[in-house]
Amino acid sequence: MQWETVIGLEVHTQLTTQSKIFSGASIAFGAEPNTQACQVDIALPGVLPVLNKGAVERGIRFGLAIGAKLNRINSFDRKNYFYPDLPKGYQISQFALPIVEGGELTVQVGSGSDLYEKTIHITRAHLEEDAGKSLHEDFHGSTGIDLNRAGTPLLEIVSEPDMRSAKEAVAYAKALHTLVTWIGTCDGNMQEGSFRVDANVSVRPVGQKEFGTRREIKNLNSFRFLEQAINYEIRWQIEQIEDGHKIQQATVLFDPDTGETRAMRSKEDAHDYRYFPDPDLLPVQLDEDWIEQVRASLPELPQQKQARYQSEWNLSAYDAATLTGSRELADYFEAVVAGLAKPDAKLAANWVMGDLSATLNKENLDVAASRISAAQLAGLLARIQDGTLSGKLAKQVFEAMWAGEGNADAIIESKGLKQVSDSGEIERIIDEVMAANAKSVEEFRSGKEKAFNALVGQVMKASKGKANPQQVNDLLRQKLNA
Amino acid sequence: MSLSPQDVERIAKLARIRVNGDEVMAYQSQLNNIFGLIEAMQAVDTAGIAPMSHAQDLFQRLRPDVVTEPNRRDAFQAVAPQTENGLYLVPKVIE
Amino acid sequence: MNKTIKQLSALLSAGKASSVELCQDYLAHIQTQNATLNAFISVDNDKTLAEARAADALRTSGQAGLLTGVPIAHKDIFCAEGWLTTCGSKILSNFVSPYDAHVIEQFKAAGMPCLGKTNMDEFAMGSSNETSFYGPVRNPWDTTRVPGGSSGGSAACVAARMAPAATGTDTGGSIRQPAALCGITGLKPTYGIVSRYGMIAFASSLDQGGPMAQTAEDCGLLLNVMAGFDTRDSTCLERPKEDYTRSLNQPLAGLKIGLPREFFGPGLVGDTAKAVEEAISQLIKLGAETVEVGLPNSGLSVAAYYVLAPAEASSNLSRFDGVRYGYRTPEYGDLTDMYEKTRAEGFGSEVKRRIMIGAYVLSHGYYDAYYIQAQKLRRLIANDFTTAFQQCDVILSPTAPSTAFKLGEKTADPVEMYLSDIYTIAVNLAGLPGMSLPCGFDAQGLPIGMQLIGNYFDEARMLGVAHQYQLATDWHARAPQGI
Repeated sequence: MQWETVIGLEVHTQLTTQSKIFSGASIAFGAEPNTQACQVDIALPGVLPVLNKGAVERGIRFGLAIGAKLNRINSFDRKNYFYPDLPKGYQISQFALPIVEGGELTVQVGSGSDLYEKTIHITRAHLEEDAGKSLHEDFHGSTGIDLNRAGTPLLEIVSEPDMRSAKEAVAYAKALHTLVTWIGTCDGNMQEGSFRVDANVSVRPVGQKEFGTRREIKNLNSFRFLEQAINYEIRWQIEQIEDGHKIQQATVLFDPDTGETRAMRSKEDAHDYRYFPDPDLLPVQLDEDWIEQVRASLPELPQQKQARYQSEWNLSAYDAATLTGSRELADYFEAVVAGLAKPDAKLAANWVMGDLSATLNKENLDVAASRISAAQLAGLLARIQDGTLSGKLAKQVFEAMWAGEGNADAIIESKGLKQVSDSGEIERIIDEVMAANAKSVEEFRSGKEKAFNALVGQVMKASKGKANPQQVNDLLRQKLNA
Repeated sequence: MSLSPQDVERIAKLARIRVNGDEVMAYQSQLNNIFGLIEAMQAVDTAGIAPMSHAQDLFQRLRPDVVTEPNRRDAFQAVAPQTENGLYLVPKVIE
Repeated sequence: MNKTIKQLSALLSAGKASSVELCQDYLAHIQTQNATLNAFISVDNDKTLAEARAADALRTSGQAGLLTGVPIAHKDIFCAEGWLTTCGSKILSNFVSPYDAHVIEQFKAAGMPCLGKTNMDEFAMGSSNETSFYGPVRNPWDTTRVPGGSSGGSAACVAARMAPAATGTDTGGSIRQPAALCGITGLKPTYGIVSRYGMIAFASSLDQGGPMAQTAEDCGLLLNVMAGFDTRDSTCLERPKEDYTRSLNQPLAGLKIGLPREFFGPGLVGDTAKAVEEAISQLIKLGAETVEVGLPNSGLSVAAYYVLAPAEASSNLSRFDGVRYGYRTPEYGDLTDMYEKTRAEGFGSEVKRRIMIGAYVLSHGYYDAYYIQAQKLRRLIANDFTTAFQQCDVILSPTAPSTAFKLGEKTADPVEMYLSDIYTIAVNLAGLPGMSLPCGFDAQGLPIGMQLIGNYFDEARMLGVAHQYQLATDWHARAPQGI
């Protein structure tokens, strides 16, 4: 039987506020346990939540970025369950009226000739508070509870079950990661848990309309694990069904060591969360002025940039997508283009995606940490454009710039790498080479085109690689045909 | 409507309150009496009426995004049943 | 000991008494009375006297306010830093609060020493003060009877003159009903006037703190201290500061008093009916007019309340889990065992009943039929008042259907107990201000209270009506014998 996979993602993005969603405690990562858990976060008797404006602002920001409907009135509910990292015994979340509904994200899946676009629809995004952390290392058979993370603001972004493979899920997750870091609502730090993915996975026979029973893989904190976990889960579910078992709805965890998923024991009992409107919090009203202010502060978004790169600068879809992989990269690229007196986006794209990206990758650096600034790279490209440098020389200059030896012009000067374009000088070298290689000259004149390349090589060698190759070509042919 | 002993056990479980066999019966009868009082509500036609969650129809005030709370862990943990190295301890949780 | 807040303030400012002297007198009185009445859960002479000395120092340095040095007792529902704060429950029986409620801050800022924390029904769930882990409070008028609840300790301590005033909280009548049963004056303000920050939540959308004292005038003075905007409570209203005593001397001529026909039906009989009728005659004598009004949905307020309040409570009380503070069962196996035993042992049976009702009405499949239906009824009940207030300035009714009943008389039947609040609950559902003041005694010498209900933010007018009545009568000035 042919099987089709259906995947929907729920992504928890930690918001980039200073303080918690309902209290004035810091959300900075890495503090000593429970030192950033104030009376509200540890749910002392009598304390009350007060909503952080910064969290709402980020919700608006995200909604605008995906073209969603912003619920002008949205509200908070209580999701009731007992767990030691949930101090109140309920999580405050938006259930009935989330801040964001609808919206979509178009992503590119695969590469090369397999590249295709897919639009993933977003069901909703809602504000909520994070729970604390349970530390299971041995405290004499106990679990330790750290509530520093309790109350950290999250925007949970729920997609429609639009994805049909792990690849699509990863492409969507990556595009979402790019977007939320791009608009500054989330720092995207996956090691610190700022961007956590839950994947709802089910399979069904191709052609069947109804969805299969889904299992939810919780808390995937890398794209690699996301892909591995989904692929494992798909295989497991198909095997189960083919062996005659039914899939039971379940919450599962992915174990990166074994590459397998397993059902969570703590979520065994069927949950009845008893949602109801939080009486401590009033409905939130988003006024139009505020929404417009947030809209005006949004940067150009990755998809808008991609479209512009293709239409204005004739870049390919692939190049446009690559260059908008992060806001820093796109900013860098655009600064390089802007730094050229004669704008040449293709040249800039080739260098940013080529030598620069390769060097950054090799050194495991982010573009923000590049040792060559966009202005410096533009300076180098200008020397290619004006013929001062050949491609080969430019690479040498690039390496010297990376090594911190200065700007392109200074390096060209100090290393004497300037391309020779003085035709008198080049003719002098050609004459010497022709005189010293009479045999090759004869062969060419008798019709052996190959001999021409040999002569060019000799001229370049004699000029120590600095002669302008185009000029060498032209002048040599003139002299041979004379 | 009337609650069965199983209903009582289910909600006691949801509320994390241990009830033994005798208590289930007592709760069942008391809760059913109370629901007898509550059921009077069902006679009223409330179609088209907006549910009232709050005493006033107002909107939420928003707090500026500023860190205002100092570390008071020692004071807070002075009243905690069991702590170690700044952590609250609970029986081992199996995920 | 019979002195009002107003009179004590005058004594202090005239230099005829110090705060330390007043506090010593009250503490001594508590010492002799409390063993019988059980009105206080915590008394701490050293703490009280330290606060009294600080108040006296303020006065010496010329920085005293109107009430500086006047002592007050606080319901044990208010978190007070350094004080045991139990909410009448075993589950908080070891909880020394590390912070102050806004109400406590307000009284501290006014320089009013705390005489102690008063007994109450566990988590404010009860109408007789019999659900307290610390044992029942006894009514000073007859110690075989209940003081009402849930603010029974506060009502009893004011009635027995162990404190000139006390704070209370009112979710369905918990200030007004015990005030009536103990023969004192108590006010539940408009929802949102007094911050709930640090007031341990029972039903968040209904709870409201308020003053309990001998007179309406004192309640006004105390509300001036208690009320105030607090950013830490999202439901606390941002309003200009007002003087709640400003209308005390307003004559009643032309005042329209609404009498809800539903509250004067066949259920109202005997001495209570007679006393309330006489109070109405008195008010008419003072120049007021009466008008019959309708509150057609009020008959369902108890039903709606016993869905909404338990629903909120079941969630509010989930934080009491033995993890971060409070009682934890001594012997347990796994986490669930720890939770279930801690909560089964830490909560009393009334609290557990309400948690279970709440869990049930919110659970899957019952939410719409119970919770949403109750919220819709709440709207209808609130709308009834809006209509009624188009015809009148204040509404008058009895506070409670009967005077103080015997200890144990209603404990076996929760439903009968719940009906003690039949006249008061609708006011909380609507979020309106209401108060109870003494209007007579029954044949057994037990106090009877009448309820005034004001429109939103109309506390000053309501207090004015009560004050004018108290100028013309002396029910409020009577104290139980033998105290």
